[in-house]
Order: sequence, then C-alpha cells, then structure tokens
Amino acid sequence: MSYTRSTAPNKRKAGQIPARQKIRQDPRTPAPLWLLVGTKKGAFIFHGNSRRRAWQAEEVILLGHEINHLVLDPRDGRTLLMAARTGHLGPTIFQSRDGGRTWKEAARPPAFARTGETEGLAVDRTFWLTPGHASQPGVWYAGTSPHGLFLSADAGMSWEPVSGFFQTLQVLKSRAGFIGATPGGPLTHSILIDPRDPNHMYLGLSTGGFFETVDAGQSWHPLNAGVEAYFLPVKDPEYGHDPHCAALHPANPDRLYQQNHCGIYRLDRPGKIWERIGRGMPETVGDIGFPIVLHPRDPDTAWVFPMDGSTVWPRTSPGGRPAAYRTHDGGRTWERQDRGLPQEHAYYTVMRQAFAADALDPVGLYFGTASGELWMSRDEGDRWEEVAAHLPYILSVTTAVPA
Amino acid sequence: MIRVFIPPPLRSYTGARTQVEVEGATLDAALEALDRLYPGLRFRIVDEQGRIRPHIRFIAHEEFVTTLNYLLSADDEVQIVCALSGGAGHYSPDHGEAPRGLTPGFGA
Repeated sequence: MSYTRSTAPNKRKAGQIPARQKIRQDPRTPAPLWLLVGTKKGAFIFHGNSRRRAWQAEEVILLGHEINHLVLDPRDGRTLLMAARTGHLGPTIFQSRDGGRTWKEAARPPAFARTGETEGLAVDRTFWLTPGHASQPGVWYAGTSPHGLFLSADAGMSWEPVSGFFQTLQVLKSRAGFIGATPGGPLTHSILIDPRDPNHMYLGLSTGGFFETVDAGQSWHPLNAGVEAYFLPVKDPEYGHDPHCAALHPANPDRLYQQNHCGIYRLDRPGKIWERIGRGMPETVGDIGFPIVLHPRDPDTAWVFPMDGSTVWPRTSPGGRPAAYRTHDGGRTWERQDRGLPQEHAYYTVMRQAFAADALDPVGLYFGTASGELWMSRDEGDRWEEVAAHLPYILSVTTAVPA
Repeated sequence: MIRVFIPPPLRSYTGARTQVEVEGATLDAALEALDRLYPGLRFRIVDEQGRIRPHIRFIAHEEFVTTLNYLLSADDEVQIVCALSGGAGHYSPDHGEAPRGLTPGFGA
C-alpha cells in the first residue's frame, strides 16, 4: 500500500525539503533537525533546527497505527523507515523518501519462514529498526516480536530472516524458560553495529539476554556475565536475562552500556563481565528503567530515566517525580536532572525507544511518555521544556538530520 | 467472479474501493487474487503461516469462515470484517496471537 499524509500544515510541497548542502554553505543558518515520534496511534514528525527553539509538528502519519519505531537513515539523510501495525492488521514496514509526505509499503515485510505447522510463529510486530553499517548502504536490520532478526538489503522494501540468528535461537530455546517474553511479548531490540566492522554486532532479547556476533549474524554467543537475573532458577546463567536497552558508544565502540530489568551496567570490551554501575543511584530511586542514552562524543557520559521497579513494578517515575539521571564518569556517580519537569504527581513511563539524544553541542535530549508528552533539553539535561502534550502513548523518539 | 467486500482499514490498498471482484475456487485463491491486484493486502489479514489473523473475520453464506480452504463458487460474496476493536487493556500472549473472541487489547 502507498500512503500519503492527508495535509501538510506548513504548506510545504513535495520536493521542497530544505537541502542540507545549501544550508551548510551559510553557517549562520541553522541546520534542520527532526524529532521522529512513534505512538500507539500514529507517527509525528516535529520539524526544528539546530537552535532547538521551535518545533513545527506535521500532520499525524498513519493515524490509528501502532508505530514502534521511526528511523531516518543517517547514511543518506533521506530514507525513513517506519514499523507499523494496527489492532486488526498484521505488521508491516513503510518507507518514505520525501520527508514523510508519502509512504511506500514493503513488498515483503519481516515474516517467519512458513513451517506448515499450525503452531508456527508469525511476526506480531516489528519492534526495532537499525540502519546498517556505513559501508553497506541500503542494509537495515529489524528486530521483531516474537524474537526475530531480519535483514533488508534494499532500504526496507524486502526482508529476509537472518538464518544464523534463528538457528542460535532454536538451540537457546531448548532450555525451557530462558528465552521468554515480557508482558508486551518477546522483544528483539538494541541491534548495535560496530562502526569499525559490519560483521561485529550485538543485540538484546527481552527476555533472553545480550548477544554478540562476529560473523554478520551467522552465529551468536551470549554476553551476560555479571548481569543479575533474579527471575531465573539458576545463579549466574549464561543467558536468559532481560536487557531493556543497550547502547554502544560511537566514539569508543568497545564501550557498552545497558539498562537492564536488574539494574544499569557497563561493559568495556574485550572484557566480558558487566559491571553494575547503577549501584551509585539513590536508593529511593533505584536503577531500574527502560532506556539508556549515550553522549555522542564523550564515552563517560550517559543518561537513564528511572522508573519504579519496586513492589508490583509500577514502571512509573519513582515517587511521581520524573527525572533523568546523568553520569559523567562512566556510571561511578549519577546526578539528578529534573529542572523544568513536574515536581509531583507525574507518573511517567518512558519506553526503551522513547529517549534520544542529538549530536549538537551542547547535546539535546528528548523523551516521550506513555501519557503523550514530549520533552526536550538543549543543555544536556540541565533544564527540560515540554515540546508537546496530548499525543497518543509514545513508543519511540528518534532524532534525525535530514539531507 | 467472487465479490469481496473490503472493510475501511484495507481501503488504502484498494484505492478506496469497497468491493472488488476476483476469481477463486477457495477463499485462499480469492485472497491470492486480491493480493495480486493489491500487493501487501493479504499479509495484513493472513499471517505467514497461512492463519487468519486474530481479529479478522471472513463471512460467506451468512456464516463465519474459519478456514482458507473454504470453497467458493461463482457469484459468491465474501465480506472481510475487522472485528472487535479496542476497549481493553494490554493483551499480548507469547505468540502474538490472541485467542478467538478477544479484542486486540489496544486500550482505548
């Protein structure tokens, strides 16, 4: 199916997206910056620029569709991919090359191999999208629910299962209960690609753990030592953990961070044992959350957005007082950042894809809440401002610099 | 020809057409023919294992059709229905398939 946004409120016509090169010729002109917001009821593109002072929301895209991820390809600054489904209709992928005005559906969306058996798995949703390595234009990876890893070599138009991943998964599943599901289903996410080597990747399974491949996904091995998993029947299992979100630092790809169901962790490769860096968080807040965001240049700086993981796991801001927490020293210490945010009775839930950074200096941060609020900071979290309220339940927020 | 009635959520595929005529001796064949006319439509309502998606219903001869092998004859009418939407909290079973008769659980 093709889809055209019903109206363009800023009166922009197709093909009139500002050209990056033209803007770059004049350093006084701020470069465009987009916030791509996926919600349970459609997607939104907020147009802004490097000054980050004003944001112009476009008309909702695919109103009523659950949009788990909306990502711009940084390699061409032009290709947008969007993972969509509805309550009735099956999951698919849409591509836009005109700034989200028109969308083309994948000819072959991610789908499991047909087994001929009634219990064969079907993709319920594409949960995560990752553009491939810089040396492989057009390559994208998708993580699905139930667990699945898919590759597209044609910028999202057709997808094939990464066979080695499924073979590994089959072996892992032989241990009952160690590859499981969250209340939202089994989620394959945090597909991370080493900028030095396209064959070296990581990914997270909720639940299942964190895994590494050095042969472009044909074989995977668990990398979970040091990570707690109180919900498993053995101590120090090799896999079965619940990484909520993992990130690899672009300037130091040997440094990994992970927000896990059981705390915040850091791993410096070639080391293999994660260190629980969330121990330095205040006890009243804890170190549970969904997202983790890295500074684009400083490998020692990261942000988390804690949630209440006590009692029955409300998954809301501890004490009803939302805040980001920042570390400047690789997780040894953390500082609370809540200026501008509500100081009471604000029960935010920030999903794992819904917290993002831009690459400007100082870094801008953006998060969206389950209650449909979109917030930003243009000073690395020191002060927060609301960008939008009353949106649908926000599932993902990404930043994008269009070409 | 089989006349297929297209529900609103799928009319983005059919160019807003509410009825489409296709050939097909079974529901499966009719849906394949529909997909040839409107690529991608079938996968939104039938999964990769050949199962009707949980909240999709097919009606022919005044009854729910639960198998794609259902035999059709010329001049039959098939209605595609997007059934039972919303009104509940989250529901997500392991295999992403809700039991028959449950809503999609997409909240409001």
